[in-house]
Amino acid sequence: MHILLNGEERELPSGLTVTDLLHQLNMQVDQVAVEHNMKIVGRSELTGCTIHEGDRIEIISFMGGGERLKIRGNPYEMERQL
Amino acid sequence: MMNDPLMIAGRTFNSRLWVGTGKYKGFIETQQAIEASGAEVVTVAIRRVNITDRSQENLLDYLDPKKYTILPNTAGCYTVEDALRYARLGRATGVSDLVKLEVIGDEQTLFPDTAGLIEAATILIKEGFVVLPYTNDDPIVAKKLVDIGCPAVMPLAAPIGSGLGIRNPYNLKIILETVNVPVIVDAGVGTASDAALAMEYGADAVLMNTAIAGAQDPIKMATAMKYGVEVGRLAYKAGRIPRKLYATASSPIEGML
Repeated sequence: MHILLNGEERELPSGLTVTDLLHQLNMQVDQVAVEHNMKIVGRSELTGCTIHEGDRIEIISFMGGGERLKIRGNPYEMERQL
Repeated sequence: MMNDPLMIAGRTFNSRLWVGTGKYKGFIETQQAIEASGAEVVTVAIRRVNITDRSQENLLDYLDPKKYTILPNTAGCYTVEDALRYARLGRATGVSDLVKLEVIGDEQTLFPDTAGLIEAATILIKEGFVVLPYTNDDPIVAKKLVDIGCPAVMPLAAPIGSGLGIRNPYNLKIILETVNVPVIVDAGVGTASDAALAMEYGADAVLMNTAIAGAQDPIKMATAMKYGVEVGRLAYKAGRIPRKLYATASSPIEGML
């Protein structure tokens, strides 16, 4: 079956659950959160959540981030201006 | 250091320096800088995991949630809907029910959209989140955030990553007098004296990322920031002398020839 996993097209065997998918991707369940068709799948629901053709799955985790810097062009431009 | 803990929503923190985890060269440097900073609260972004390259390690392998209070943020969210989605995903990891709520208004300034912030905070508080809002240096907005149930407010010192230091010390002082919850100065700090100044004004903590991660030597700067926050806090607790226009002799007049 075809699904959209983190925005990418993926071909998966039918009948897979979210837990199966996480295992297949070698992910630690306690480090991620999963959204199934825009709905959050709770920890206890992961095993019972079967994936179907055309489903949209998002798997997220924590990345480095605090403040977020996004400056157009040269980041030192402003320093020079000051 | 004196025993002077910071209490927020039933949690106790000994360090008043909070740090982000972005923009480091790698996880090792992130870990070393955070260790050097002495921070206990560490902010993290919520992002899609890399599904193609599974050799990549996870940030949590380097930041033990048992050792640090992980504070997921909604950085990069420009709408209330996005901020809610990211906050809920962050909580679904089971690591934390805290959220550093950001609803960004504009890509160039990264200033908060305070109307969206209040709206999102109201919803998340109803859902049981501990909402720590990244807000503007606006005393009225800070008051509103407290009124709806935020256990602390996090006004910016200057635009994120700008390193400009506290641009509006008087607004910050008004916020400190207006709200009855901890105030964490978040974003815009450039160097250790900025952090010290924020603490001298009476801020309860300082949160930063770029000032440390972007320094030539992040580990040294993390150490400098740790001391900056500590000395600022000590000076605040000590109570500074008032400013006067003219001199006051510190040596006695009596006994002079």
